Amino acid sequence: MTTPVLSAVDIRKSYGHGVNRFDALKGVSLTVQAGESVAIVGKSGSGKSTLMHLLALLDDPDSGVLEVEGTEAKKLKERDLNRLRNQDFGFVFQQFFLTPNSSVLENVILPLKIAGVSPKERRARGMAALEQLELADKAKNKAINLSGGQKQRVVIARALVNNPKVIFADEPTGNLDTATGAIVEDILFSLNKEHGITLIVVTHDVELAARCDRQFFIRDGLEESSHS
Amino acid sequence: MNFVDIFRTAVSNTFRSRLRTTLTVVAIFIGAFTLTITTAIGTGVSDYINKQVASVGASDVLLVSKTSDQTTTGTDTGPAKYDPTAAKAAAGGGLGAGAPGQATTVLTQADLTTIGQTSGVLSVDPIVTVTPDYIQYGDNGKYVLTVSATSAFTKADLAAGAQLSSTDQTLQVMLPLDYLSNLGFSDAASAVGQPVTIGITDYAGTQHEVTATVVGVQNTTLLGGGVGLNQYATTQLHDLQSTGKPANSVAGYSRAVAHIDPNSSKSQISAIKDSLKTQGYTALTVADQIGTFETVINGIIGVLDAFAVIALIAAGFGIINTLLMSVQERTREIGLMKAMGMSGRKVYALFSTEAVFIGFLGSAIGAGVAILVGSVISSVLSKRLLSGLPGLHLLEFSPVSILIIILVVMLIAFLAGTLPARRAARQNPIDALRYE
Repeated sequence: MTTPVLSAVDIRKSYGHGVNRFDALKGVSLTVQAGESVAIVGKSGSGKSTLMHLLALLDDPDSGVLEVEGTEAKKLKERDLNRLRNQDFGFVFQQFFLTPNSSVLENVILPLKIAGVSPKERRARGMAALEQLELADKAKNKAINLSGGQKQRVVIARALVNNPKVIFADEPTGNLDTATGAIVEDILFSLNKEHGITLIVVTHDVELAARCDRQFFIRDGLEESSHS
Repeated sequence: MNFVDIFRTAVSNTFRSRLRTTLTVVAIFIGAFTLTITTAIGTGVSDYINKQVASVGASDVLLVSKTSDQTTTGTDTGPAKYDPTAAKAAAGGGLGAGAPGQATTVLTQADLTTIGQTSGVLSVDPIVTVTPDYIQYGDNGKYVLTVSATSAFTKADLAAGAQLSSTDQTLQVMLPLDYLSNLGFSDAASAVGQPVTIGITDYAGTQHEVTATVVGVQNTTLLGGGVGLNQYATTQLHDLQSTGKPANSVAGYSRAVAHIDPNSSKSQISAIKDSLKTQGYTALTVADQIGTFETVINGIIGVLDAFAVIALIAAGFGIINTLLMSVQERTREIGLMKAMGMSGRKVYALFSTEAVFIGFLGSAIGAGVAILVGSVISSVLSKRLLSGLPGLHLLEFSPVSILIIILVVMLIAFLAGTLPARRAARQNPIDALRYE
């Protein structure tokens, strides 16, 4: 058996104190193998976003063990953690998080800039990612002037530019109409199938979830064994 | 992210919110402008004073006077007891204005001997005041002559010619610029080397004439204006002036010049001063005397500088405010960068660089405008209001002090940026990404 890309065992996480205490995750276990596409499905407040943030190492669990390619996340040094976030993970957000007044290309190459890649190589790789998403002609446009579907494609290009092993997508089609949403879905699944990039999708959309290899249903911070 | 990228990103972030940046820069501008101007006035004025006298280097002379009991204890104990044996200034001798009965402690010949024997003192000359009647060049008429009291032992700010010689056995004069046209010289250079006639009246009322040579022309000075005479000329004129002096008058001098080794170190000079002090004499170097004057000017400039620094501190709070708003606005962007693996240290560097850049903008523009405005004002002033003081540039900008001002402002900006930058660096990517 190969080492899973990500594995979470009995993860708990709560926010706030005393009366305001809210248990977002009450003991969740999930293993993701390389090349898989997994959907984390649940209603809002179910803890699905919290689970994704923990898997992406953006937050620390209160208890439980989290492993990245067999290494315990807690034992990673800050520098290794940053390298991992920068090079192995890609993020696609519902709200895009693009810098509105910067050019499309500038937005796409942000991870490369953070990694310290030279300007020449940054440009070449950024343009390659944009071409892959058929947005090369928009490279010099300001991000604010794009349509929703174009913006989400820019976000995907940004997630791709570092050739990540895992792409985390938080409601990738949440802000898009059905037709554009379908295009974005196709792009994500083709990346998964053709490039072997592990895909972790957080969604409440059952149809999108159904396209994934595996569904992980979550409700009130616990896994639901079967979806009702 | 490497340094170049951090710098570029910081600079472009600075211009993202133009109005806000501009207002902060204006605040820094005001502080830097004021600081540059006040520093320039400080440099200009002390430069002028130095040129006038201090650089004169009179490091080889001490001005010695008798320490007066009256001045040291006067205010507390009232006037000192009258002592008929103490020397009095004889009219026309040591002091120009010695009203009868005015008790002034003066140096007698015995004092001069004591001073001369003090270790470290090479020789001692009393300062005598000569009051010639007129000066004349060729047939151009006689003009009233005021003698500079300090010319024999200071170096002049020369417009032409050479310094007075203290060893030369000829009569030498140093003319101030404003004497030239009345005496009949067309310019400074043409006066050098020319003979002038000086007339002086003795005790008996007989007028004598001597001929002296113009060795140099000096710019009009703040201190001790008048015609300079070398030691030899002073002695000659004093002898003429004293002809027929009553034999019973006590010879006394208000001050004497003690010559010391020009290579003396500061501690050697102060040792000589101390040993003279214990013998009851007050010795001052020229630097000491100018020092008092400079202290006053430095005090005034210090107050102005303090206002400029207050302005800069206020501007520092402007920077804090600007950056805090910027951090608030860019919460999501910072969170995103951190999610993408940017370290907190680099986020900190990014915001600090932004603060330092704002500081640089304000101070560089402030200093630049101050130089422009100051140069114009300075040249207008020296042509009009201060035309009586040639050689004075009220505002003098030294590259070093301007560089220091810019660096200090950048440091203040960096310190002001610390708080917002820390807040940005500590931001949790999760909180930022949840923010909508």
